[in-house]
Amino acid sequence: MSAITREEVAHLARLSRLALADEELDHFAAQLDQIVGAVARVAEVATADIPPSSHALPLTNVFRPDVVAPSLTPEQALSGAPAVEDDRFRVPRILGEEA
Amino acid sequence: MPYDEALERFEPVLGLETHVELGTNSKMFCGCPTTFGAPPNTHVCPTCLAFPGALPVANAVAIESTIRIGLALNCSIAEWCRFARKNYFYPDMPKNYQISQYDEPLCFDGYLDITVEGKTVRIEIERVHLEEDTGKSTHVGGATGRIQGADHSIVDYNRAGIPLVEIVTKPIEGTDRLAPEVARAYATELREVMRSLGVSDVRMDQGSMRCDVNVSLMPRGSTEWGTRTETKNVNSFRSVERSVRGEIERQAAILAEGGRIIQETRHFHEDTGLTTSGRSKEEAQDYRYFPEPDLVPIAPDPAWVAQLKAELPELPSVRRARLQAEWGVSDLDMAAMHNADAFGLVEATVEAGAPAADARKWWMGELARRANENGVALAELPITPAQIARVTELVKSGALNDKLARQVLEGVLAGEGSPDEVVEARGLKIVNDEGELSAIIDQVIADNADAADKIRGGKIAAVGALVGGVMKASRGKADAGRARALILEKLGVTE
Repeated sequence: MSAITREEVAHLARLSRLALADEELDHFAAQLDQIVGAVARVAEVATADIPPSSHALPLTNVFRPDVVAPSLTPEQALSGAPAVEDDRFRVPRILGEEA
Repeated sequence: MPYDEALERFEPVLGLETHVELGTNSKMFCGCPTTFGAPPNTHVCPTCLAFPGALPVANAVAIESTIRIGLALNCSIAEWCRFARKNYFYPDMPKNYQISQYDEPLCFDGYLDITVEGKTVRIEIERVHLEEDTGKSTHVGGATGRIQGADHSIVDYNRAGIPLVEIVTKPIEGTDRLAPEVARAYATELREVMRSLGVSDVRMDQGSMRCDVNVSLMPRGSTEWGTRTETKNVNSFRSVERSVRGEIERQAAILAEGGRIIQETRHFHEDTGLTTSGRSKEEAQDYRYFPEPDLVPIAPDPAWVAQLKAELPELPSVRRARLQAEWGVSDLDMAAMHNADAFGLVEATVEAGAPAADARKWWMGELARRANENGVALAELPITPAQIARVTELVKSGALNDKLARQVLEGVLAGEGSPDEVVEARGLKIVNDEGELSAIIDQVIADNADAADKIRGGKIAAVGALVGGVMKASRGKADAGRARALILEKLGVTE
């Protein structure tokens, strides 16, 4: 059973802006398939009396008060950036429309 | 295609998505401040920059504000809901995803009633959800500063993570030719609601309120909706109206020639009032939403929601109806104040102690004229409702007449200080000194012996010329009514 197709890997690669070669598509399709297969085993133990959850802890309503905390300095914030211009993160040309 | 012709052949269907930045002190998921206009990347921290290991925690006030917005828009409030990750590759979010809500919005199924040309239109609200704002990209190297042709981009993340509420209408049908006005009235009313709740400063010019406008057309008689476009970058209420009108005209021209509308994002241009195509999407957006694993679900206590509902302020439509009755103003005058964005100013002036009629007279008359001359909004005039109220008080007490009051306003607008300071500095007080007024009148009577004789002979109408002379001699500072009475008295005439 191969749940993950080459086309799906190519689609994900485009969304993630990853340039994958043809042979890599096959390589990752197989890997992703294994991962999905491993995760799918959860479905085998899930029964009607186990509600689906999206968090490890059975908590709700964890909020923080609306209080300002110190920010980083621009120097600190930008210290890990590959490129900086005018105290801003410099990124390569963006192909695509503005979100 | 001209608008009227487009409407003869097609019916528009509208949809509006409005983003409102909440006016919280701190960001949605971290403690960074939210103030506008700070130097780049000074309001950022490991959480909103998505440094490894940093975890978001939801801002309690943002949750509360969103529920209050939902309640004010007559929405149901979710008993349990979650945040979701919206995955997309774009540098305006350092995480490569935006924390938003997907199929479990905090508020849903509401409505907002608006008034257009005297008719109430109910705009149904699909959902109100909470998400985080994105950073601000600047595109460098292109000819126009736009993304097309840019060499690279630079990003400021101060705005990234500011709580953002998205309010989505259901499709709005049946607006007919009033579609542009309906869109504008909805956006305006929504801003009023936000203001009354005090949850945002809702400034379209600063981007704390932003509208995306969806428009589609269907041929008259059809019930099947056409393909819609979504226009972004609509940064004023006037632009909301213009963009709808322009998009109806554009789509009608294409459809009339047998063309096809492409589902796409379009960008509005303030200068031309036209929209241009955003880049066509290579494939349908695939955001791969999934529940946000870093945040726990929200389950608002029904008792808390009930309390928030009970504590909602008087909503703008209710308030307007009440004030209209209190002020005794016609529907037409209400609409005029609303359109001139004068309502809140008049209201504040009344609250500062002015009679409603006077407050309305000054804002809709002299001040509207001056704002218009200077090409600014009424609210931008350098004068406060309290100052207008003081001027009306001075008029009422007899210290000023309307003509002098206008000079006082002129002085205040010119930055000469408060109304009292302007009166003092310009010497604008009405001549109340009977001796001074009496002397002026004697002189005027002496100078106009013919007119005085006519009046003595019973031709009382001629007194106007003498009153005019007194006003002129006093440089407008005499009380015309008092002057008239004194002239008649001196000439021994009774009416």
